[in-house]
Parts: sequence; structure tokens; C-alpha cells
Amino acid sequence: MTFRQDHLLGIEPLAQDEILSILDLADDYVALSRSREKHADALRGLTQINMFFENSTRTQSSFELAGKRLGADVMNMSMQASSIKKGETLIDTALTLNAMRPDLLVVRHPHSGAVDLLAQKVNCAVLNAGDGRHEHPTQALLDALTIRRAKGRLHRLNIAICGDIAHSRVARSNLILLGKMENRLRLIGPPTLMPAGMSEFGCEVYEDMEEGLKDVDVVMMLRLQKERMDGGFIPSEREYYHRYGLDAEKLAFAKPDAIVMHPGPMNRGVEIDGTIADDINRSVIQEQVEMGVAVRMAAMDLLARNLRAKREAAA
Amino acid sequence: MITFRNARLIDPETGEERQGDLHVVDGLISDTPAPGAEVIDCNGACLAPGIVDIGVKVCEPGERHKESFRSAGLAAAAGGVTTMVTRPDTDPPIDSPETLEFVTRRAREVSPVRVLPMAALTKGRAGREMTEIGFLLDAGAVAFTDCDHVIENTKVAQRCFMYARSLGALVIGHVQEPGLSKGAAATSGKFASLRGLPWVSPMAERMGLDRDIALIEMTGVRYHIDQVTTARALPALERAKENGFDITAGVSIHHLTLNELDVADYRTFFKVKPPLRAEEDRKAVVAAVASGLIDIISSMHTPQDEESKRLPFEEAASGAVGLETLLPAALRLYHAGEMDLPTLFRALSLNPAKRLGLGQGRLSAGAPADLVLFDPDAPFVLDRFKLNSKSKNTPFDGARMQGRVRGTWVGGARVFGDA
Repeated sequence: MTFRQDHLLGIEPLAQDEILSILDLADDYVALSRSREKHADALRGLTQINMFFENSTRTQSSFELAGKRLGADVMNMSMQASSIKKGETLIDTALTLNAMRPDLLVVRHPHSGAVDLLAQKVNCAVLNAGDGRHEHPTQALLDALTIRRAKGRLHRLNIAICGDIAHSRVARSNLILLGKMENRLRLIGPPTLMPAGMSEFGCEVYEDMEEGLKDVDVVMMLRLQKERMDGGFIPSEREYYHRYGLDAEKLAFAKPDAIVMHPGPMNRGVEIDGTIADDINRSVIQEQVEMGVAVRMAAMDLLARNLRAKREAAA
Repeated sequence: MITFRNARLIDPETGEERQGDLHVVDGLISDTPAPGAEVIDCNGACLAPGIVDIGVKVCEPGERHKESFRSAGLAAAAGGVTTMVTRPDTDPPIDSPETLEFVTRRAREVSPVRVLPMAALTKGRAGREMTEIGFLLDAGAVAFTDCDHVIENTKVAQRCFMYARSLGALVIGHVQEPGLSKGAAATSGKFASLRGLPWVSPMAERMGLDRDIALIEMTGVRYHIDQVTTARALPALERAKENGFDITAGVSIHHLTLNELDVADYRTFFKVKPPLRAEEDRKAVVAAVASGLIDIISSMHTPQDEESKRLPFEEAASGAVGLETLLPAALRLYHAGEMDLPTLFRALSLNPAKRLGLGQGRLSAGAPADLVLFDPDAPFVLDRFKLNSKSKNTPFDGARMQGRVRGTWVGGARVFGDA
């Protein structure tokens, strides 16, 4: 296993072998999670704090479960409700928490780069659970694990990421990871939801869904983030569904064995048709949730190993 | 009374440099030496007209903990800036003769260098009602600007420009189209997309410039653009100048020496307004300064305390201090072979002085003896905590620079250095 990081702030700093280390270990943790005694003690004696400055039920519970399965003491802090409202700065919050001697800090924040900033101020391992429009590394890792298990490989695949690319940290982390693994990437969406300079990443950019889906192996749909819309990005939900919503007709352009993914929570009838999402032959959306717990277990385990090694070296 | 001997004289007026002596008599540059004058041996160091820096933010009134006239003045003196042309974006803004008088008095009391205040063009810089431009001119305002606030209502802008024209007042505009620029923290492109930062297209500058050029044509106002930072805005500027409009343009030293990639991992000291641009844009504006299309280089000195910078990039305050780093940073352009020293000082000293109708910026007889003596090659590594500014938000912290100021004189009186 090679994993050299002190934090998991994004996919960008990771090398190929580090990504594969996480995925390989996650495979073991999938087996553990499916076994009768779903418990190990890799994180025993460690304190994990989940600090969410932005609402999230799914990611937070996934991290919580991952920590508990590995024996960590887990605490959840909902930050919208607390001191942020009282005017405390991010740095002060971080220093306060740091004084409680956590070992793993899982952070989600609405601003890009906020988790990097926080990681500079604490002496524990920090995991980025999503920062603004920047990165959401564990989501990309769980997607990669899902693809590898469904397709038998994680390279030389045609992968389409569709929808609201501009506001999506999931898209960024995914295109960095899948690019590092040498896949062909396509981004599909209306120009108003497509960030600038994407073709410079080595992606092909499509505005037409059917054209973009032609012969792909993997279709990753993104949530249309309504809460991020200032208004005016798309004319209406129904026109969006008509042009970019994944239904059987559009999916027919992909390869016959193409898999369908979605990071959740889904807007059925907006970006994805309900019957596609529920089609067990095509959709791997439930697997993604399962892989999420395993990948987070693996990432926290690897970070904890480095943290312990570093502390022993310092002692 | 001073005689500078063995100086490398940088004369932006003639566009030439030569070895020689320079005489100062009664605070003015003179052709003939005065008897008994102090002799300063320059040992071949450069002697140039002091920098006239348009757009310095001194945080008085309102935020004296960030910068005072005293600290800004010391920073200016150490940086070879002999005239600070101050911005009105204080709290409260300088939008009445009374607040302007406060600034003038504070500056006179504590600043070692000259201070010329600018005033707001609209009350509260809110873009609705014009300020008392006539009274403010009488009180000593040298130009009128709402700084980084753009007057969004074009009718208001038109009337402000017309009224300013009737008094011959100079208006300084920020030409970033406000709708597109709102909330932006980076320039659109691969870097902003990768970092997930809210972006603005560089075309926002062209659009803002196009509108203001049309207003200049309508009103005949004397107009200066605070910062032109993109390649696409340059042809419009060139046409406006060819058409004979009374228009000049500036650029900040940061846009001449840094690009968007310097932000790297969300380094907030590199957050400025407008945001840093692509390398092609940086090169284009450097070339425009060399050719004279862009007239003026300024520091856009904007002090911010640690608290307002130690935040996630989007939330962090914009701006960088620059009074002390303006000259060494500008010398990077000289060392890179982009322009010679007289051309550099045309943009740092002569052109801003001319634009404001001042006698500074020259080495000819009769000009005020506002001078900077510097060694253009002396290397150093910048330590932000050694800056004179109260705020230490410089993007050049730890940077290797060349160019040390050895002495600064204002009206023939030494304000910095002891050699």
C-alpha cells in the first residue's frame, strides 16, 4: 500500500498508486461490511469529528458509519446551527476543535478552498467532504470503486458526466480522478452550466446529450443543484428534463452495457427518469452508496496509519 | 541645497539616461549648483523623479488600524513614492468638503511625502447622486472616483461626467462591467474552473470600457481608467486615443508582474480587484505600458488586516499593499528586458504627474526636487513583516526582488535613507 498524504483534501494531489491503494483497501472493507461481524478496530482509540457547514444527511451518515465500523469515537457537529451564526471565524472554530484533540476531521464547507485553509491550522488528518465548487474526493473515489467493480477495470473507458458541471464539485473530482486513470471523458450540459476552459482538461465538451452519450461505457448524472441557482441558468425544469434528463431514449445511444450513476440525492423527472434510476440492470446508484462507506473507511484508515506513524516519529 | 554627484540620471521627459550631476536649489531642480550645497555621491546609482502613485488607499478615516497617513507615508518614502494620490473609499467615504479637509489636515500633520486626495464622484460612492464636485475641487480634490464601485445607472454616470466636464475635473473610472463582475473572485478559464472559484470573463473589462468611451464621446469629460488589465480591452483604448478623446489608462503593478496561477492554493494575498489575469493578458498589458498605450503604473495600495485575509478565498477581502514594493516589482519589467528605465519612470512618475497637472515627474530645471535614488540591481528577499505599512498583505512575501531605494527626497528634503 502506498499512501503518502497527511490529509485528503482533493483528488488533485493524489498519484495513481495512491488512488489504487484506497480502492484496494476499500474492496476489503466492502467484504467486511457484507460479513456478519461488520466491525474492525483500525481506528480504535481515535476521535473523528464530522464538521458540516453545509447540510448533508447522506455524506455525513456515510462518514459516521465508516468511522464507527472501524471503532473510532465519532462526533457530529452541525455548524450552521452553532458558532458560525455568532460570528466566529472558520479559523477560530478550527482552533477550538483542535484543542479537543481530534484525530480525524471530516469537513464540508460552502466555499472553495475552505477545507485547505482549515487543514493548515490543525494537527490532525483532515478529510474534505466537499468544499464549494472545488472538490469532493471521497465521492470520486466511491464512483471509481463502483466503476471498477462493475466494469472490471478503471482505465480506457468512455465516461460521460452530464448536467450541472459548473456548480459541481463531484464533477471536478471525478474528472481529475478519471483523467489520472487514463479514461476518455465527455462533459455534457447546457453552456450555462459548463465552466470555462474545460476542453483544456482533455475533456470533450458536448451540448447535445444524444451526441455526447454515443458509445459511452459509463453515464454519470449530476444533481441539478437548485439551491445553487441564482436563476436564469436554464429556462425551466421541464425543458431541462426534455433536453438533458436521462431517459431510456437517450440512454439507448450509450453502449448496451453502459452503467448509470448518480451521486444523489436524485431529482426524479428533472435530471433522471425514475425507471432508469431503478433499473437494476443499468443503474448502480445503490452500489454507489454502499461503496461510499467502504471508501471512507479505507481513506480514514490510511490517513490514520500515516498520522500514527508521524506521531511515533515525533515522540 | 544638494548636489548629487556621479548619478545615473533617469529622465523620462527626454526618454534618456546619462551619467552626471543634479543640483537642487530651494527645493527645485536647478541647472547651476548653489554654493555650499550638500554633496551626495551616488556612486553610479540611479536618480529618478519620485513616483506619483495614483490610487493609494490610506484607511483614514475609519480603519486606522489597517493604515494611517503616518504608516502609509513612511511606506511611500521607503518605496520612492513622493506623491500619494489617495482614494476616497474610506469609511466614511471622502464625499464632502468636510471629510476632504480632515484628510488634508491629517496628511499635512503626519505624512513625510506629498498627499493629494481624490474625492468620490457620487455621494457614499452609491452611484445615485453626484458629490459637490465644485466645492471638492476648491478644497483640493485632484480627481473624482468611486474607486471599485461602478456607477451602474448610465444616466447618473452621464450627468456626473457632464458636470465634471463643466468644471474641468478629472474622473477616474473602474471599467469592470458590474453585472458580470458581481461576486467574482477569479478570471474565467481553466484555473478558476479547477479551483471552483466564482469567475468573471475578461470581456467584462472591454464592456465597461466601451460604455465609458461612449460616455466620454457624449460628454467630453477628462477621463482616466484606473486599471486596464486585459488584452481585449486594448484595441478599444487605442481607438479612443486615436479619436482624440481626453482619455488615459493605468494598470496596477500586480497585474503587470503576476498572473492568475499565482493564486495557487487559494492564497488570499493574491486576491485583487479585478482578479489576476491569464499570462497572455499580463504580457499584453506589459507591452502596452512599453508602447505608451497604457500611461500609468500604480501600486493600487490596498491595506487589509490579517483577519480579513485569513478566510476562504471567496470571502476574503480584495487588495494588496504596494507602496514599498512598487519600484522593485516594476524593476522586474526592466530586468526582464521589457522596457528601459526612462520608459518605466514615464509610467511611474512623469505621466501621472502630467495627468494631474503637476510639475513633478521631471529632472529639468524648475521642477520640484522630488527624487528617488536607487540601486536597480541590489537583490533582496522580501519579508512582509519588515514593511512600514501597518498591514502586511503583500503578494511578494518571500519573493526574490532586485532594486533597493537608497534615498527619497520631497521638495529637496530627505524623507528616507541615510547614505
